[in-house]
Amino acid sequence: MPENTTATLRPDRVTLFASCMVDQLAPNVGESTVEVLEYLGVSVDFLNDQTCCGQPAFNSGFRSEAYPVAERFIDLFEKVKGPIVVPSGSCAAMVRNYYGDLFRDNKELADRAKRVGERLFELTEFVSRFFGTDAISGKRVGAATYHKCCHLLREIGVDEQPVEMLTNIEGLEYSPLERADVCCGFGGAFSVKMPDISSAILDEKLDFIEANGSSTVVAADTGCVYQMQGGLRRRGSDVQVVHIAQVLAESIRNSSTSEAKR
Amino acid sequence: MKPLTVNFRSKAALTLADAQIQQSIEHVYTGFFKGRLTAAGDTPDWEDLRTKGKAIKDHTIAHLDYYLGLLTDNVEKNGGSVFFADDAEEARQHIIDLAHKRKIKTVIKSKSMVSEEMGLAEAMTDEGFETVETDLGEYIIQLANETPYHLIAPAVHKSRADVAKLLDDDYKDGDRVPDATELTMMARKKLRCVFERADMSVTGVNFAVAESGSIALVTNEGNGRMSTTVPRVHVAVMGMEKIVPSIQDLSTMLRILIRSATGQRISTYVTMVNGKRKPDEEEGPEEFHLVIMNNGRQKLLEDAQMRESLNCIRCGACLNACPVYRKVGGHAYGWVYPGPIGAIVTPVLTGLKDAGNLPSASSLCGACHDACPVKINIPKMLLELRYRTAEGSTAKEERTSSAKERGIWKAWRMGMMGRKRFDIGSRIASIALKPLSRNGWLKKAPPPLSGWTSTRDFPAISASSLKSILKKRSGGSK
Repeated sequence: MPENTTATLRPDRVTLFASCMVDQLAPNVGESTVEVLEYLGVSVDFLNDQTCCGQPAFNSGFRSEAYPVAERFIDLFEKVKGPIVVPSGSCAAMVRNYYGDLFRDNKELADRAKRVGERLFELTEFVSRFFGTDAISGKRVGAATYHKCCHLLREIGVDEQPVEMLTNIEGLEYSPLERADVCCGFGGAFSVKMPDISSAILDEKLDFIEANGSSTVVAADTGCVYQMQGGLRRRGSDVQVVHIAQVLAESIRNSSTSEAKR
Repeated sequence: MKPLTVNFRSKAALTLADAQIQQSIEHVYTGFFKGRLTAAGDTPDWEDLRTKGKAIKDHTIAHLDYYLGLLTDNVEKNGGSVFFADDAEEARQHIIDLAHKRKIKTVIKSKSMVSEEMGLAEAMTDEGFETVETDLGEYIIQLANETPYHLIAPAVHKSRADVAKLLDDDYKDGDRVPDATELTMMARKKLRCVFERADMSVTGVNFAVAESGSIALVTNEGNGRMSTTVPRVHVAVMGMEKIVPSIQDLSTMLRILIRSATGQRISTYVTMVNGKRKPDEEEGPEEFHLVIMNNGRQKLLEDAQMRESLNCIRCGACLNACPVYRKVGGHAYGWVYPGPIGAIVTPVLTGLKDAGNLPSASSLCGACHDACPVKINIPKMLLELRYRTAEGSTAKEERTSSAKERGIWKAWRMGMMGRKRFDIGSRIASIALKPLSRNGWLKKAPPPLSGWTSTRDFPAISASSLKSILKKRSGGSK
């Protein structure tokens, strides 16, 4: 999207939806998300009552269990105004693309969900859409590659924007990952329910990662990060898999503190 | 074909451990998948074509009874006969009876997935007819006594050495492996004399055109053309959804089918058949019979959540795109249709009770939806079927979830319905897993996470929650 059309619409205040996985397993990704947003001049509210969007149960078929959790999500987030930002394409897809199906027997709730969904953005989507992919010019030295998480790519439609954001970082030597858009095999409960198949898919991904040779793999969804990192650790590899929020936050921190903030 | 969907997991495990098959099946990505991308990229109006293709199929399926009526009228006007078979058994019996009545000796088949549903070749052989598959891939599969591995490449899992062994009785391990051309020539030599003596053919139907009563066949080997011209009786078999209203629609569908299937702009042969030989024509069969099969498709038609699956044109693009299919292979799915499309139609056509594992065998990556030339939302339907296996009707034998599984999700819901409970849950998990973790990772975790740690390390639950971290952060900075 052209910069000049978005500039006037730049939000200065958002609400963070951390996602349950970031909340419990990777709070540093949540913290990094806040750092990135604040760097862009956006103040971040955090609703202490938030838990989960309901996706794990929904994807496992247990809609009657997902339903009240999703309804709770709507109740909570419709009370705040302005954009909601989540560092996960998967959770964003759940709210935006699947709540309609979950609430298909309740039009009123489906409509409310739609209105909340319209304000919900995945982190890199939010940054590239309102600030541009060149808005963060930090510094992080080293070779890195990027894995395209499925839901961010195919459900939200964010493709090359994160790559553009990475290549804007000083010192970061980006090299494209072969079959970057092929799934890592995570798939939520699938990874636990059918570990042999999930791991076979992962193995192909890890082969390409090792062939790439970068010391850092960047991805934008925590589940995929842990799938790949967990597999690499088991292989005895030193390659680090990090969430893009962490890379951006780190590069902001590394850049000279004297640099004027936007 | 008898469904063996219940064996999904064990069949998948066998394929995962088979290095040769893993290597052979790579071709569906490097060949077909990449070929489709290139062909789509070279077609300027590709997305419009997909949209148009979807609209044609949506319209046709919404008015299926009308178009089936129109097709029947026009096939009969052209001098052919039409038989509606309610199931595979009825279709099979009709064709066998026909062959007996016409004193048929040799039946040649061209590729047809619907005939696989009928188990037709096997049944006709058992009835004493010499029955030979003439599509090279199908021929290899017939010799190997297997079922097709892929919608358009039935023998994609076979190595050239495997094929050589099947085609040449004298071939031994260690002999020079013939190249693809040599193998094709070997098959051609064997098949040529069968073509000459065949008195009946059974072909599939890629599309039936309602307004003209014609059928279209897409092939690359010319066996379709031989099958529709040489024998005196031609029987074409189709699923009742394989229909387009007009020749113009056919043109759109052929463009997206062929590009999506093999990456070709057009296949070597596109054969149009308007029924039997007319008095002033020099070649063609004396009789033309069209068998239109239901075999459970009515269930898909009546099922608002699953109906879109009838839009499928069997190009195989979703298989090529699917990371799961590319690892577990075609046989694991246990019935005629493998891959993502199989995972949604097989459970409805053969029953969720045994096939409940198929919709679960997906990471929901969405590559199938992206690849589908008529944009079938396969992930949405996988989720619908998971819903039925988890919480569906027990009377309809949909629900297969265990009480334990249902208990786990109930507990999950309770944990997610309040922030205090959520925090306490994380705290308990963090403490419980702490003794097992080292440097923030677990090598081994108790169920239900044991599946994960069988192959991957699992991250330790964070001791401090995001809430507390952010609180500290805002306290420190403000």
